[in-house]
Amino acid sequence: MSPGTPRELMDERAVERALARMARELVERNGGVRDMVLVGVHRRGVPLSERLADEIERAEGARPPVGSLDITLYRDDLMAIGPRPVVGESRLPEGGIDGRAVVIVDDVFYTGRTVRAALDELADFGRPSRITLCVLVDRGGRELPIQPDVVGLTVQARAEQRVEVLIPPLDERLAVVMADRPGDES
Amino acid sequence: MPTFLGKDLIGLEHLSAEQILAILDTAETFKEISERPIKKVPVLRGKTIVNLFFEPSTRTRISFEFAEKRLSADTVNVAATGSSVAKGETLVDTARNLEAMRIDMVVIRHSASGAARFLAERIPSNVVNAGDGRHEHPTQALLDLLTIRDHRGRIDGLKVCIVGDVLHSRVARSNIWGLLRLGAEVAVCGPATLMPAAVETLGVRFFRRIEEAIEWADVLNVLRLQLERMQAGYVPSLREYNRFFGVSNDRLAAASDDILVLHPGPMNRGVEIDSDVADGPHSVILDQVTNGVAVRMAVLYLLAGGAPEAAEAAKGGGR
Repeated sequence: MSPGTPRELMDERAVERALARMARELVERNGGVRDMVLVGVHRRGVPLSERLADEIERAEGARPPVGSLDITLYRDDLMAIGPRPVVGESRLPEGGIDGRAVVIVDDVFYTGRTVRAALDELADFGRPSRITLCVLVDRGGRELPIQPDVVGLTVQARAEQRVEVLIPPLDERLAVVMADRPGDES
Repeated sequence: MPTFLGKDLIGLEHLSAEQILAILDTAETFKEISERPIKKVPVLRGKTIVNLFFEPSTRTRISFEFAEKRLSADTVNVAATGSSVAKGETLVDTARNLEAMRIDMVVIRHSASGAARFLAERIPSNVVNAGDGRHEHPTQALLDLLTIRDHRGRIDGLKVCIVGDVLHSRVARSNIWGLLRLGAEVAVCGPATLMPAAVETLGVRFFRRIEEAIEWADVLNVLRLQLERMQAGYVPSLREYNRFFGVSNDRLAAASDDILVLHPGPMNRGVEIDSDVADGPHSVILDQVTNGVAVRMAVLYLLAGGAPEAAEAAKGGGR
């Protein structure tokens, strides 16, 4: 595959089907919607968590609250990344996360370092009764002993390949694509 | 690795609009950390910061200390009194000794203009100017800018008047440079004895009468009248200063309804500002204090190499 010609791994319908299935799995794992809180990891985890909440509401008639988490300040490589500063905001739903079943939602699971940072950050907000990790794509390549519980698509990508989730309103369409790129991923 | 702000923050005079806006945007997101149940993020964990205060300052030092602690840095406060400075040690010797203890950042307040730059050029640690003589007080100006932007939604095109002792004020200088860089119209108002010679060359208007300034301005930044100026003969008496330049509710009646009143503190109530203004609906003085912590967090973070947009790029495809 040459750079600039991304291969589509999931089209809009495939993503929607996966989200519907993931929503069911989340409800099953957590014994219903009660006490469930979805927390999207900035940025694409945020619209994904909103879509999952929509799916859960459609199926269960109740919508779990949705928050967002920006893990930037919890990264383990702050000093090694480039010089343009934007920190996103972390915003947890009313009522906090103490004693609740928190679902961390992210677009792509790769090394596990984002999730480690998200777990650290959540611990600063409170003590959930349990935490589930839900990702649309697991691309392989873990560097830490962390793995997702609920997955939309599993794919083995090489280090020099880039797996991207496209999702409105951040992107024009809903899809998962893979492309070659110069490999400098952290 | 060069950081977005460079090694040090000495003043606003040489910062670009992009850099100033980036500090304000970062500060905006840092405000939320102070609302959390655990008001701390690990971003400067393991970093040691020395607050080197050669001049007394409670507000600025505490604000820096909160900012440092909320970013998980380890901090040490050194005051001139009781330290080896009182025994005649030079600034550079003090700094070199601190360096030898493997510190990462120095926040310095000094009565000599240029002290912060002097230090920055001689030690490898990041240096943040917390006020040097009559020169600059960049974090104060940044928190003023953030407060104005919070309340007005912009800086560009606003009319801001700085009232009082502009001649001796580092706050005024930093404010003038920052405001002009972001596209505000800036004026000063105060007794001619407390204005720099040819003040207009700084790019500001000069109002001799406070009534005119108030009528013109969207924002008033009222400076503290340092009382020693009275002994030095710059103003005849506090009562007279208040009569001619004091910001009172009567005078604000002529202002636009949504005029903002800022003051860097500590205030001389009844001298440069009346209590009913300081505690009134136009005052955003306590917002300035709150914003001070967020702005200082942003500055320390950016000097340390903070970088999240790149983080987003690095994250592409998940981490």
